[in-house]
Amino acid sequence: MNMMNEAAIEKAVDQKMNTVPYKMIGKDVSVYYGEKRALFDVNLNIRENTVTALIGPSGCGKSTFLRTLNRMNDTIDNCRVTGKITLDADDIYDPNIDVVELRARVGMVFQKPNPFPKSIYENVSYGPRIHGLARTRAEFDEIVASSLQKAGLWNEVKDRLHEPGTGLSGGQQQRLCIARAVAVSPEVILMDEPCSALDPIATAKVEELIHELRTNYTIVIVTHSMQQAARVSQRTAMFHLGNLVEENDTDKMFTNPDDQRTQDYIMGRFG
Amino acid sequence: MSQVISAPAATARAATPRRDIGIKRRYAAERRFRAYGLAAITFGLLFLFLLVSSVVSKGYTAFEQTMITIPVEFTESAIDKDNERATNPQKLMTANYPVVARNALAKVLGVDPNDRASMRAVGGMLSDSVRTQLRNIVVNNPSVIGTTQPVSLLAHGDIDSAYKGQIDLSVPETNRKVSDKQVGWMNQLAESGALAGHFNTGIFLNGASSRPEAAGVGVAFIGSLYMMLIVLVLSLPIGVAASIYLEEFAPKNRFTDLIEVNINNLAAVPSIVYGLLGLAVFINFAGLPRSAALVGGLVLTLMTLPTIIIATRAALKAVPPSIRAAALGLGASKMQTVFHHVLPLAMPGILTGTIIGLAHALGETAPLLLIGMVAFVADFPGSPLAPSTALPVQIYMWANEAERAFVERTSGAIIILLIFLVLMNLGAILLRRRFERRW
Repeated sequence: MNMMNEAAIEKAVDQKMNTVPYKMIGKDVSVYYGEKRALFDVNLNIRENTVTALIGPSGCGKSTFLRTLNRMNDTIDNCRVTGKITLDADDIYDPNIDVVELRARVGMVFQKPNPFPKSIYENVSYGPRIHGLARTRAEFDEIVASSLQKAGLWNEVKDRLHEPGTGLSGGQQQRLCIARAVAVSPEVILMDEPCSALDPIATAKVEELIHELRTNYTIVIVTHSMQQAARVSQRTAMFHLGNLVEENDTDKMFTNPDDQRTQDYIMGRFG
Repeated sequence: MSQVISAPAATARAATPRRDIGIKRRYAAERRFRAYGLAAITFGLLFLFLLVSSVVSKGYTAFEQTMITIPVEFTESAIDKDNERATNPQKLMTANYPVVARNALAKVLGVDPNDRASMRAVGGMLSDSVRTQLRNIVVNNPSVIGTTQPVSLLAHGDIDSAYKGQIDLSVPETNRKVSDKQVGWMNQLAESGALAGHFNTGIFLNGASSRPEAAGVGVAFIGSLYMMLIVLVLSLPIGVAASIYLEEFAPKNRFTDLIEVNINNLAAVPSIVYGLLGLAVFINFAGLPRSAALVGGLVLTLMTLPTIIIATRAALKAVPPSIRAAALGLGASKMQTVFHHVLPLAMPGILTGTIIGLAHALGETAPLLLIGMVAFVADFPGSPLAPSTALPVQIYMWANEAERAFVERTSGAIIILLIFLVLMNLGAILLRRRFERRW
């Protein structure tokens, strides 16, 4: 009965997707790598507490767009971003915005699991430490435990918190990276193909985790797997050759897309 | 079912025979290449073995020093005839101690004190350093005057060489440094046990001396130590800071490219050029003292910097970019990313580069020649500003000496230098092991 209720509520939420407020608004976002233009005036809004999937063939600009959302593109030489992206009411490319603070609000999980070659505990506690989120040992313990619980890793690692994070399996490492991102209490979590280096079982676990995280976080995920996009997301955006082709409710995208290119890509006719 | 399918496929493959691509030749080429590699390594090892065995076989005797242990009569008549020592402190300093030692040895050998030629030959068996040795005994404890004490005296360098069998005794007596008489006495003393080889502590502790039996690398060692400390303290922080800036912070443009090219070229500049630079800048312009370990250290720092910068940049480049992305993605600042994550991972490479640079600096001679460190320094340098020499320079100076006993001491000093280099490299390996992390 309970299950039924939850499912029903979820469905209702999905159907009312269009009324969910925007967390991030991208307006006319263009990205240039030197002379080469990688994104063409993308207008894409990210809804709060929603999983938004970015799909499209390789080199279409979906990862580039993802990285503009927490200004990771800043670290690439001669990369230039134009247009406007806001997080709540703040223009994140405003010169007064502190990029360090922005990245604390917009966390990121990468394609390849990249734990620091330190202990599991240090991996998770690093973010809170540099952002001053905890002061005492007990507070750190608390954050580490809750983050690992949120990432569904607590039961597997609680007895070996001081062993190196690099000693975990690939799937566990990726969940450790998610725990690390969660530990700084971000508002948005960006995931760049988080499951592409994982086996199906680990992938299933991470997908389940994404599903759970949605209640507290806004999630943007880049994926190459149509099935994954269909499974985890409520909204899907399709990119092609640096343009945003279509953005819609996931159900609609996979059943009755507005754009022919989306239809072709989802059916596997190109990409 | 699958059998049915695979059978025609197999026949189809057999029907189109493969083109001959020279499998045999490929294997032969690989075998040949391996043989070349093995030959190269064998050749290298052979020369290493030749080098080490030549140095060790020539130099191991330097760690043994011939001493003559005899009872020495500190007669008042020879040291302080007029009993002036209470009023004139110079008296004990200037007394004729070599005569005291010579008389003691003559008495043991039973030589007539009036036979002046024989007495001179007896005196020639002892090192001139007996003067300071006996003086120190007497000055430290004037009550020994009038008593007889057993003392181990250094044998003369030529007697030392003769005792070690390094002097060809078949050469006519007039053409060699030790006379038949002295050889006879030497054998007589050796039989009685008075003359024997002892471990040569002097080679480690003494300063420069024109007498091989009293010469040591002590001063040179302290000078090298000062220089290594200066090089380490200056070049490690400067080099690492420069590399971090260039690698992690500096924009990639023409100017930084130019700097990079220049650093790589500086690593290949002949070291004597650095010596000239040091002479012009540190001594002539800055007015620092000549022969000082400070100037040597500064010159060697300039020489070591490119090595350290190149090694550090390579180590920083080798840190996976995913670690930087992870830290930046968490909201770490650029500096936190570098100091919390990148630098610790690059540490093994940085330390290896630094120690290789230091080892290079330790063995460097040419620039030190130009800043006046080729000097006869007998006194231990009290500070890096005091005159001193360096280990390789000491080796260079001893190699220029004529005495047979200096030949073995040159090799002995090379052994000491090599041991230090091996220890430093061992330290590099241990540090690398300690800091190495896997990811």
